[in-house]
Amino acid sequence: MKPDIFQAIADPTRRAILTLIAIQALTPNVMAEKFDMSRQAVSKHIKVLQECELIKPEPSGREIYYHFNAKKMQEFDRWIAQFRQNWETQFNQLDEILSTIKNQNK
Amino acid sequence: MNNNLLFDFTVDKAAKTVYITREFNAGLSLVWDAFTTKEILDQWAAPAPMRCETKYMDFTVGGKRFYSMTGPGGLGGYVLQKYISITPKTNFKLFNCFADKDENPQLPGSDWDHNFSEKNGRTTVNISIYNESLERMESIMDGFKQGYTMMLDNLDALFATLLEKK
Repeated sequence: MKPDIFQAIADPTRRAILTLIAIQALTPNVMAEKFDMSRQAVSKHIKVLQECELIKPEPSGREIYYHFNAKKMQEFDRWIAQFRQNWETQFNQLDEILSTIKNQNK
Repeated sequence: MNNNLLFDFTVDKAAKTVYITREFNAGLSLVWDAFTTKEILDQWAAPAPMRCETKYMDFTVGGKRFYSMTGPGGLGGYVLQKYISITPKTNFKLFNCFADKDENPQLPGSDWDHNFSEKNGRTTVNISIYNESLERMESIMDGFKQGYTMMLDNLDALFATLLEKK
């Protein structure tokens, strides 16, 4: 199954990778060095991040640089904002009902 | 509206949990009833223009609430909730999932935890929702989007009818 964004950022190493990549695109070799990890371990993390489109590869000569996909994060934030709006609407409805019931009981 | 009432909404992506805090200008008993009786729930527990209609509700530990969600353009789907624990006027927990019309659950679902407390005549409700998967949360949003889209489609049809009459 394709990993979802929650799974991708649930891991502290992947969060750290994202934080670094957000500043500057990196190659897997540089990531391995910075995090003192094996190439294999880095590849695994990259695979997860790439599958949920949080990062995207861009070949440059013989190297592959991974870039942060801010758009994906924005999509996520927009989606969260809608979710919040739904709750706000519901609670405003409840406010009115509570005040109606309170007035009836007076 | 209600700007003086606390509303906090945070998403802990790593913990797959949404935290919602809301203050209500009413006493604890009334707010508790609003969350735990179907007559009141049906009046508010879906964001307009969506509506919910409870088919049955048994607010006891192990009991269930089964309800439909309807948008302006038609039925949006069914939700099944199972009450896991209840501490009257303090806390209740439930397991929430989508279902078909025959109450067959569509997993994964989410775990909801509600806490109630009263201070100076105002009641604060803390809700945390733990989701097993993001896909599921996204499907909730898609459900709402469908509702709105249906509403817009209805408007299109209405405009078309009005134009014809001219």
